[in-house]
Amino acid sequence: MKMNRRQMMAATAGAAAFVATGFRISPARATPEATQEAIDAFTGGAKPETGRITLDAPEIAENGNTVPISVSVESDMTEESYVEEVSLFAEGNPEAHVATFKFSPMSGSADATTRIRLASSQNVIAVAKMNDGSVFMDTKEVKVTIGGCGG
Amino acid sequence: MRTPGILAAAALALAMGATSLVFAEPADEELVIDGEIEMQTRVEAAEDHPFDEVISGWHYRTEETRALEADSFANPGMLYVEEGEEIWNTVEGSQGKSCASCHDDAAESMAGVGASYPKWNEEAGKPFNIELQINACREQNMGAEPYKFDAPQQKALTTFIKHQSLGEPVDIDLEAGEMQSWWDRGEDLYYTRTGQLDLACATCHEGYNGQYIRADHLSQGNANGFPTYRLKQANMVSLHNRFRGCIRDTRAEFPDAFSDELMALEVYVTWRGEGLSVETPAVRQ
Amino acid sequence: MASRPRVRVPKTASAGDVIDIKTLISHQMESGQRKDADGNTIPRQIINSFTCEFNGQVVFACDIQPAVSANPYMEFKAKVNESGTFKFTWVDDDGSVYETEEQIEVS
Repeated sequence: MKMNRRQMMAATAGAAAFVATGFRISPARATPEATQEAIDAFTGGAKPETGRITLDAPEIAENGNTVPISVSVESDMTEESYVEEVSLFAEGNPEAHVATFKFSPMSGSADATTRIRLASSQNVIAVAKMNDGSVFMDTKEVKVTIGGCGG
Repeated sequence: MRTPGILAAAALALAMGATSLVFAEPADEELVIDGEIEMQTRVEAAEDHPFDEVISGWHYRTEETRALEADSFANPGMLYVEEGEEIWNTVEGSQGKSCASCHDDAAESMAGVGASYPKWNEEAGKPFNIELQINACREQNMGAEPYKFDAPQQKALTTFIKHQSLGEPVDIDLEAGEMQSWWDRGEDLYYTRTGQLDLACATCHEGYNGQYIRADHLSQGNANGFPTYRLKQANMVSLHNRFRGCIRDTRAEFPDAFSDELMALEVYVTWRGEGLSVETPAVRQ
Repeated sequence: MASRPRVRVPKTASAGDVIDIKTLISHQMESGQRKDADGNTIPRQIINSFTCEFNGQVVFACDIQPAVSANPYMEFKAKVNESGTFKFTWVDDDGSVYETEEQIEVS
């Protein structure tokens, strides 16, 4: 594989961040392509629309080991119309899939918050699957900083 | 006021990969835990203090990290407070005692204690921090083995005991015994450059306080939140672990935990943060 | 590994309220990506699933991968129409199951 300079820089920065965040460099890094495959597997190939889902993530994370992430999906959350699942993906992590939240009409509201590990600065993607089969997506770029002297 | 002298900016830039140093004001917000406990995180410094204002490291962290500390449920450090409470009530050693056997309810007996340590110990002829006091109790009263440095139980129990002073202002007694001479030695160490990078504590935490090295917003380096939950380790970090980490990062050999050097430094650094509320378990990057 | 769950559920609510639930459990979430000093991969050991039930029905659940941080935190909502019991379950890779329950009074 030939790398251009930008990819090389990104890979180097990623490697530094891996050490910094307690991950070790893994030969099999997720790529945007692998992430897309994971998303397709989740959606069953349905094309995600924009809107209805909001992913909240810090623009800059102080440490990639603990990054707070929230998702919120607009829905009545009734038996007729509700959010079934929301999957989170991180395209620069060793494995793209981060977590899948499973909702029900008893959730009342399709909101969830957790804390995740990000190996480097990268896009985080949230995909919501509704009970009628429609799919919505939101993406946020999170910059993962490398700390002071110790990294 | 002592100044750390001309800063080795070039050395810093090389070592930290910094291309420029940027100043940012500490966040102008108030820390109120669970909307109830108002914390003193910015206080006027004593006359002989190198700063005009003593500021908690909380103000130097991002909004997300600050929020973790403001909610005692969201704060992962509280898991270790709960673990410490269990240890407090667990009988160990040949004498069949727990901490609670002598000290009963920690909420009463330990209230304010964490704010007043390190404290002169006449018998040992040196200042004791909470960790040393716990070990002395275990050996002398419980007939139990002392904890090894940074044993999970030591960190949890120290966190639990200091947490009983949450919100209390740090206030140590320098009049007792020979505390003043330990303070003097600590002050010397604080301003002594060390390691291949030739950095003193004061280089970063006084001279460059408020600026960034790489992505790290340099705090005043106060001790009021220790043991502190660090996102990097996703665990509790003790004060002596942080001292050693900082000294290691100057590429110097670092002293043993609880050695005379680091106890002197603890006395001095704790004094620099007097007036700030105990925040244990604080949440830092 | 000893894991201690913490949950926060309101003690009372009105019928039809959507309440906020927070959960936290101590767990190091060994990712399977790290190596020990000898260069051997440290085997993965994580909490791989979380479930919240109310009076026996699943309200919210989560499939968890190694990219979820140590001491996993979950915050979510639940609609309550009657008094009852929330049951929370975490499943560890080693087969351990951690459970806790909370009551709510709904008027």
